[in-house]
Amino acid sequence: MSHSTDFGPDLVEVFGPSQVDGGPELVQLLTPEGERVEHPEFRYEPTDSDGKPIAEDEAIRGLYRDMVLTRRIDTESTALQRHGELGIWAQLLGQEAAQIGAGRALRPQDYVFPTYREHGVAWCRGVDPLNLLSLFRGVDHGGWDPSAHNFGLYTIVIGAQALHATGYAMGMQRDGVVGTGDEARDAAVVAHFGDGASSQGDVNEAFIFAASYNAPVVFFCQNNQWAISEPIERQSRIPLYQRALGFGFPGIRVDGNDVLATYAVTKAALQRAREGQGPTFVEAYTYRMGAHTTTDDPTRYRLDHDVERWKLRDPIARVKAYLARNGAASESFFAKVANEADELGHRLREGCKAMPDPSPMAMFDQVYAEEPPELAAQREGFAAYLETFDSSSVVEPVETQGAGR
Amino acid sequence: MSTQRITLAKGLNAGLRKAMEDDPKVLIMGEDVGKLGGVFRITDGLQKDFGEDRVIDSPLAESGIVGTAVGLALRGYRPVVEIQFDGFVYPAYDQIVCQVAKMRFRSKGRNPMPMVIRIPFGGGIGAVEHHSESPEAQFAHTPGLKVVACSNPVDGYWMIQQAIACDDPVIFLEPKRQYHADKADLDLDLAPDPLFASRVVRRGTDVTVLAYGPTVKTALRAAEAAAGEGRALEVIDLRTLSPLDMDPVFESVRRTGRAVVVHEAHVNLGLGSELSARVTEECFYSLEAPVLRVGGFDTPYPASRIEEEFLPDLDRVLDAVDRSLSF
Repeated sequence: MSHSTDFGPDLVEVFGPSQVDGGPELVQLLTPEGERVEHPEFRYEPTDSDGKPIAEDEAIRGLYRDMVLTRRIDTESTALQRHGELGIWAQLLGQEAAQIGAGRALRPQDYVFPTYREHGVAWCRGVDPLNLLSLFRGVDHGGWDPSAHNFGLYTIVIGAQALHATGYAMGMQRDGVVGTGDEARDAAVVAHFGDGASSQGDVNEAFIFAASYNAPVVFFCQNNQWAISEPIERQSRIPLYQRALGFGFPGIRVDGNDVLATYAVTKAALQRAREGQGPTFVEAYTYRMGAHTTTDDPTRYRLDHDVERWKLRDPIARVKAYLARNGAASESFFAKVANEADELGHRLREGCKAMPDPSPMAMFDQVYAEEPPELAAQREGFAAYLETFDSSSVVEPVETQGAGR
Repeated sequence: MSTQRITLAKGLNAGLRKAMEDDPKVLIMGEDVGKLGGVFRITDGLQKDFGEDRVIDSPLAESGIVGTAVGLALRGYRPVVEIQFDGFVYPAYDQIVCQVAKMRFRSKGRNPMPMVIRIPFGGGIGAVEHHSESPEAQFAHTPGLKVVACSNPVDGYWMIQQAIACDDPVIFLEPKRQYHADKADLDLDLAPDPLFASRVVRRGTDVTVLAYGPTVKTALRAAEAAAGEGRALEVIDLRTLSPLDMDPVFESVRRTGRAVVVHEAHVNLGLGSELSARVTEECFYSLEAPVLRVGGFDTPYPASRIEEEFLPDLDRVLDAVDRSLSF
């Protein structure tokens, strides 16, 4: 397939004809049409978060529900931004399968380091979506307790968290929770990042550290083809997963729109890490159907044609097709999930609008464990300065010299 | 009872050893810190005694060292990172400023960042480019970080332990020229000063000289020389650069009416600028002369054959003292 190259060389030109559908090396267990297919190495064997097997259809229904609700978080948040309730929103439309598969493959003791787009993984980790909204509303820099969910705060600097993930994994090694053979104890880390971040020094340094120390970390790259306006060809001249070999650990490309495949591949990579066999690079080959964020205008740099092509590979539609065709879910199930999504949307709308602004004084909190006297003086000075605006008090000239210091 | 005569290098080494003995969560990370004991031997013998899991020879990537140390701290460890030379800290600048400094704030206190980043700093060792710099102001300007500089062997021993025990991230500056220079008596029965406290190291009545790290010695030598001319300089070792401990400084300047700041860093927007502003704000009516600054010129660090011309020395300190007294 070839098309206009107004925006530079396309994937086919750079990576060859295999790129038309992600390449023959792509791990896929559910086709865009909703047909189950086998893969020689990876099988879909669903378990609950404690590792107990669960019935396949039940598990797939659960993944469907996760993806529908995640998409609703995304579309609802985009609408809230349009209504002026959020300052910005980073959209994940089209990446639901990559995130839900990766999220549901986790055990409770595993730890996740996200970018700012992992709303689906946050969902799997039990983070209240309102805690995501508070960040994008400008109420705080991250409202959830990372250790309560084993889900780190969103990292805005591209790729920085890959090193944190690697260091955290090195800590797990020192804590003796890697390769003990105890399934309930052994743990691993997932570092999320995107194709753009694969160019960052920190991500490449994380690969080196993780390889050198054989750290239990899964590098989960959602290659959504776009780093704001820059296509993947600007970041790499080889398929990303092939880079892993150069760092000394395996790389796998998985159909990022196939939730069964992302689940199976992530689970295998996590298992490998927990057993002490070191890092794995997973390239979830997907597409950013939305904009980079609500401030972005993709019509300036990409073709509708591409977006239309990827619509045919929608991660949710294929699961729905599978469930319906195989009688694995009834109409009432789909209606129930749709209803649940509506309720979630309602809760997000109301919860977002009701979210109070923080007190101006909150900016002084938790800068340090031990607040230096000079900062304490600024805090007191600013509080006194704010007091002068209290309309209920008699306004008198007050020396506020300390306020701005 | 237990008094040892030690260099700054030995003081730091013994302090690190004590911190590792006291807390199994303390880790050392850096380039060549293991078998070699660091290029300055500050971590000498520690890997042998504490193992490779606690004294970690890292790949050669500063951002990687600090970034993985962030992850280790999130997991509950207390990493002590060695940056091999001041000029090599910049690849880690993003991790230090955007992650280490802001993690506690971002997480509303849920993710503390008890990390020490040791940086040998300053010049005077005849090195090539990037081995003689003084980047302290860049870190002192960053909320969330604390910045300290030791100047002598006894402080080296205590301050490194206090920095490691501190729950805030500390940029720990070590005057590399002093590592193996002078010895001092370490008396373990004497309680140390707090970490975030400046200290008057020589009493005087005429001019207050503010110094830290390598320039404390310069200031003391200048005071000695000035004494021969009948001038009594008061010398304060600032020790903590962020936060600054200004009360002893204000108290001194109110008595002397004059202040001279001495640092190796470039004068423009160096620590001296902040010190000058603070002293002016608090001691305005006590000042007999403007606060003067003596420091490295606003040039890149020069080639080593002329570095002593770049660095503030005894004569340039005395020159500033003259200008202050004759204002």
